[in-house]
Amino acid sequence: MTTSTKESGAVAPAAPGAFLSVRDLYVRFKTEDGVVKAVDGLSFDLERGKTLGIVGESGSGKSVTNLTILGLHNPMFTSVEGEIVLDGQELITARESELEKVRGNKAAMIFQDPLTALSPYYTVGRQIAEPFWKHTGASKKAAWERAVEMLGKVGIPNPRQRAKDYPHQFSGGMRQRAMIAMALVCDPDLLIADEPTTALDVTVQAQILDLLKNLQQEFGSAIVFITHDLGVIADMADDIMVMYAGGAVERGTVDQVLRSPQHPYTWGLLNSMPRLDSDLDTPLAPIPGAPPSLLRPPSGCRFHPRCTFQAEVGGARCVDELPLLPPGRGGACHLTAEQKQTIFVEQIKPRLR
Amino acid sequence: MSEDVEKDVTAGATTLPAPRAAAGEGSAEPLLVVDKLVKHFPVKGGFPVRRTIGAVQAVDGIDLTVHVGESFGLVGESGCGKSTTGRLITRLLEPTGGRITYRGRDITHASRKELAPVRSEIQMIFQDPYSSLNPRQTVGKIISAPMEINGIDPTGGREKRVRELLEIVGLNPEHYNRFPHEFSGGQRQRIGVARALASEPKLIVADEPVSALDVSIQAQVVNLLQEVQRELGIAFLFIAHDLAVVRHFSQRVAVMYLGKVIEVGDRGSIYTRPRHPYTHALLSAVPEVELEASGKPPRERIRLAGDVPSPISPPSGCRFRTRCWKAQDKCAQEEPPLVRLSGNKDGHLTACHFPEDPTTEARDEDIVLDPALAALEDAAEGQ
Repeated sequence: MTTSTKESGAVAPAAPGAFLSVRDLYVRFKTEDGVVKAVDGLSFDLERGKTLGIVGESGSGKSVTNLTILGLHNPMFTSVEGEIVLDGQELITARESELEKVRGNKAAMIFQDPLTALSPYYTVGRQIAEPFWKHTGASKKAAWERAVEMLGKVGIPNPRQRAKDYPHQFSGGMRQRAMIAMALVCDPDLLIADEPTTALDVTVQAQILDLLKNLQQEFGSAIVFITHDLGVIADMADDIMVMYAGGAVERGTVDQVLRSPQHPYTWGLLNSMPRLDSDLDTPLAPIPGAPPSLLRPPSGCRFHPRCTFQAEVGGARCVDELPLLPPGRGGACHLTAEQKQTIFVEQIKPRLR
Repeated sequence: MSEDVEKDVTAGATTLPAPRAAAGEGSAEPLLVVDKLVKHFPVKGGFPVRRTIGAVQAVDGIDLTVHVGESFGLVGESGCGKSTTGRLITRLLEPTGGRITYRGRDITHASRKELAPVRSEIQMIFQDPYSSLNPRQTVGKIISAPMEINGIDPTGGREKRVRELLEIVGLNPEHYNRFPHEFSGGQRQRIGVARALASEPKLIVADEPVSALDVSIQAQVVNLLQEVQRELGIAFLFIAHDLAVVRHFSQRVAVMYLGKVIEVGDRGSIYTRPRHPYTHALLSAVPEVELEASGKPPRERIRLAGDVPSPISPPSGCRFRTRCWKAQDKCAQEEPPLVRLSGNKDGHLTACHFPEDPTTEARDEDIVLDPALAALEDAAEGQ
């Protein structure tokens, strides 16, 4: 079953312009119940200054992928195979001391819940200053000044005073701003944002998303933006990768994936999501069933137990054979291009109004 | 702008939910009337003697009416008091003030005994399907509990009824003897729905029933609730923060901010003709997928500054004034009443001194109040 998946990445070597390139990534966790195949043969590239949006449901492997990029998984229970190259440096085989030089410096991360990601024991200013003096060798005083400057930049009022506060003295939106300041303090080339606005209110989310977009223009970082919300992705990303059960099922530019999606799972996501302008007489069309357990992922196409278009493919291809995701634009599905086009135009699109 | 706002005071008075019973006499008696409901949670502090030093004004004088068989949505950001409202109506919390009337009966401070018959008619669906089901009880036991407590004996026995309910919510009746941990999140939420249906309620208070679920599962549960609401004629108080889900589910919607209802109306009024600046800001903040490069006019863009203020010491006058771009002195001094503004549909009430135009289309200039964001955008424009 897995032999066929290997080819998906092997066909395309790292793209020349790619700044981050992930090839054939397999991440497995050993648990009491068995081996969890959290990421199963994933490949993607990201160019400098671009934003890649990774969208998927819980357990689709989107967060694990990005923890693995920064080596934040627990090596005791995790086996990682494949290749992660960041700006020419291979990260999977890198030693911990080398990874430490990358983290917070060349690549930084923004977590979902800033209250658990910030230490309650140190002031916000110190936590922002720390990566700066560690990586640049600046004096602690200069680092503190830099922290204050960064807090001001992300919109904390009265930054000189607030830098002396502890995280619990900040509101949720301000904590997330402080996290962004911490991530950007060393001017990283890669920023991984893992559901950075999911815990926030919608008006605060809008502020933070716009702030991130504007800061990206200023700092020129590449962003990997992980979310389950297609609306947020549409707003933030240049390219989209849709993940399901540990693998990528579709990728393309924002317009391509959202306006002419090519995978039944993407269709399902779009059809099951209410929008502010959707037609109220059409009931939502949910995807039947539930996401699979990654202890025993389905054979063949991982989406086949929930897919309503198996009959169109015919035979047992969906059950036996894992469809390949072509490099670049495309979807990992056995339906032919014409079939996809007809199904989308005739059955999916009319519901999207 | 402020001149042309004539408040239709007479119309406002009759459409205020409080005397609605008289106004709505002709059609039907409302199922639930909430009148100036207040809930303050005491804040304790001080040393060595701890005493009450303040109050979290979670709900501060709200009026709502839910009619028979109607789905009423309650939206707002965290801390606006929407969940507290739900818990007050189900009397899981004791109101500090105001009145809750259910089918003409005052249940504001009713005792446990007096409440018992009402409780079987008002049921609740909770947000977290993991903590709202007892892990030691079988599904059969969980769903039959409301019947046991209320002494309901359906024909054919409780077990048969439970199996029917399981079928209604789309679960296998064979799962009668299973335990909650054997089910996925979406299935657990279905068990919660079946339990709420067991006592044949007239009103279900659903507190964020889908926000803990994955996108593809959310739609399943929303559809189920919609079927239940339409086919069994059960009224819903649907509490959620997701504006698109509320729009999809509710015929009437109330928007809450810091313990107050700031705007209420039918779905069309709230989503396409909002008048309160906060409703405008809320709608414009929803990230939307644009599925086509259609000819639709772009939506307005409003970016507020900062977070919601603390409900311990809310701003004077209009509570939204500290984040509002139209705020003037009057807003700090006078609390705007929830009234029908001229040009609004009947039943569309807004609490604002200086309301906005009833459109969600883009303005000539975006409203960006966040100073950091405004600075970055100015810098980008200057380049």
